[in-house]
Amino acid sequence: MAFAGRLEAGTVGALWRQGTHAAHRARGRALVFDLTGVSFCDVGGATFLAAVEAAHGEAANVTGADERVVALLDRTRAASQAAPRTELAVPWTARDIVTAALGLVAASIAFLGEAVVAIVRLPARRRMLRLSDLLRYADQTGVRSVPLVFLLGYLIGLILAFQSAVPMRQFGAVIFVANLVAISLLRELGPLLAAVILAGRTGSAFAAEIGTMKVNEEIDALVTMGLDPMTMLVLPRMIAAMLMMPLMTLLLELAGLLGMATVMRGFGFPLQAIALQVQAWVGAGDLFGGLFKAVCFGLAIAAIGCRAGLGTGVGPRAVGQSATAAVVGGIVATVALDGVFALIFYRLHL
Amino acid sequence: MTVEPIIHVESVAQRFGSRTIFRDVSFTVNTGEVFVVLGGSGCGKSTLMKQMIGLLIPSAGHIEIFGHDISGANGEAALHEVQRKIGVMFQSGALFGSMTLLENVMLPLEMFTDLPVDGREAVARVKLGLVGLSDAASLMPAEISGGMARRAGIARAMSLDPPLLFLDEPSAGLDPITSAGLDKLILDLRHDLGATFVVVTHELASILAIADRCIMLDRHAYRDAGGIIAEGDPHVLRDTSTHPMVRAFFRRELPAVVAA
Repeated sequence: MAFAGRLEAGTVGALWRQGTHAAHRARGRALVFDLTGVSFCDVGGATFLAAVEAAHGEAANVTGADERVVALLDRTRAASQAAPRTELAVPWTARDIVTAALGLVAASIAFLGEAVVAIVRLPARRRMLRLSDLLRYADQTGVRSVPLVFLLGYLIGLILAFQSAVPMRQFGAVIFVANLVAISLLRELGPLLAAVILAGRTGSAFAAEIGTMKVNEEIDALVTMGLDPMTMLVLPRMIAAMLMMPLMTLLLELAGLLGMATVMRGFGFPLQAIALQVQAWVGAGDLFGGLFKAVCFGLAIAAIGCRAGLGTGVGPRAVGQSATAAVVGGIVATVALDGVFALIFYRLHL
Repeated sequence: MTVEPIIHVESVAQRFGSRTIFRDVSFTVNTGEVFVVLGGSGCGKSTLMKQMIGLLIPSAGHIEIFGHDISGANGEAALHEVQRKIGVMFQSGALFGSMTLLENVMLPLEMFTDLPVDGREAVARVKLGLVGLSDAASLMPAEISGGMARRAGIARAMSLDPPLLFLDEPSAGLDPITSAGLDKLILDLRHDLGATFVVVTHELASILAIADRCIMLDRHAYRDAGGIIAEGDPHVLRDTSTHPMVRAFFRRELPAVVAA
């Protein structure tokens, strides 16, 4: 084979298939590289020559090459022999999935256990639970999400009222839109939407913060100082989320009712009628059932976020993966818990 | 000066899965020494340090610090005893990103002493002064350079005046002047406070400047695992060792085996 011009990564691409196929067809015959016309050869070019040789199966006789190209080719041959091609592993087998799922369950149970231990030992470690941290997380979780919670609640109330007014009008029952929106907000949508906001805003932030601390060896530093990361980092975040979630839910519900009232006023109902309708049909059980769910969602989302953070692996992508895991896990856990609560409330006739 | 052991490591090994990082590592660190763990990249220096500070339980062997066996059955309780008496500087400094340098140094004081807040602040300012960071006290870790972060890490490690300090690669990636400054800091602190230092590093100049004694780890100490290939005064090792890897390391050349 004779080559001419520049043999470099940018130029050998067009020759690669052609060259290796030709060499493969010529198996059994002697292979000669005539490099007389080659003005320049880089590692890319040398790798191409080595690949052609490999396709042929025997070492080639190199003629007309200058001594630098021969040395480069020798080193490239040695390197490609030293690095045998690794077989690509099948990324996901059924067994991997089962193992990973079981591992996740085991890790979650272990995390819950550690959290319980941290709570039990809290009296002895009172100093590690710092009020300033707790307030900071409460601010981050609750106070800073007020505009978002309000906006989302108001819009949802508005939309629900509008959408349900269309079928209700056919029965002349538009006034009952007030009941419908109030009950669905207080029992279901309020806690659920607040949980989605918490998972997206705060669960991911918890995972990213703790994950970054893990990557920066800050968690190791805490441990070697004799400070418990569970007490110092996880408990205050869980408490903050538990305290803030009912407040966020309440605000979201109020904003939703306001949205509903806006629409109902548009339909010509006086505020008193709307308020009376809501008061007559919505009980304290609806409100407190929803707020209780909110506390549980908050706890679950904060715990999942912190666990994702503490489980952060190594490397620059790990923190992002943890944040994603926190959001996905938080939302899935919320909906799953909500299903469980629906069943319990139904059985208890609440 | 009487020689009093402060750390005693006996036949320690570390395995990850089927891979043995090192085995049969035994040595003793005496009170008041600057003891260096050295070796090429990937020989398990940092792993050994993680074992000594209790972040990793050795697969085999025992580690005693201040007479407490932190690797045995009661490791956790023993570790609790030991943790108040050691300070650790991590490779990146590992400062808490949400606190200023001053707050970082104050944190261990807040957790483990009954000092009032102005007392804590005064102590922390002295420690920052010792490492030459007096005027950086109110900066956040994100605002300072790598060398400053390591010095602040040393200040935090010293905040409770522990008699034993572990430093992980204090001079890696620093310019020679900053690195020499850190070496001087270590020697000064040893002189002033009588503290014992265990330093993990592969910076040749730094080793020769600070180490009283050292051990050298190598990935290929045994056919199947890494381990210790040399122990002693680094100057003596440099001048007299016949081990090809030790000679190569101290002369900054390719070892005879690889070169051939």
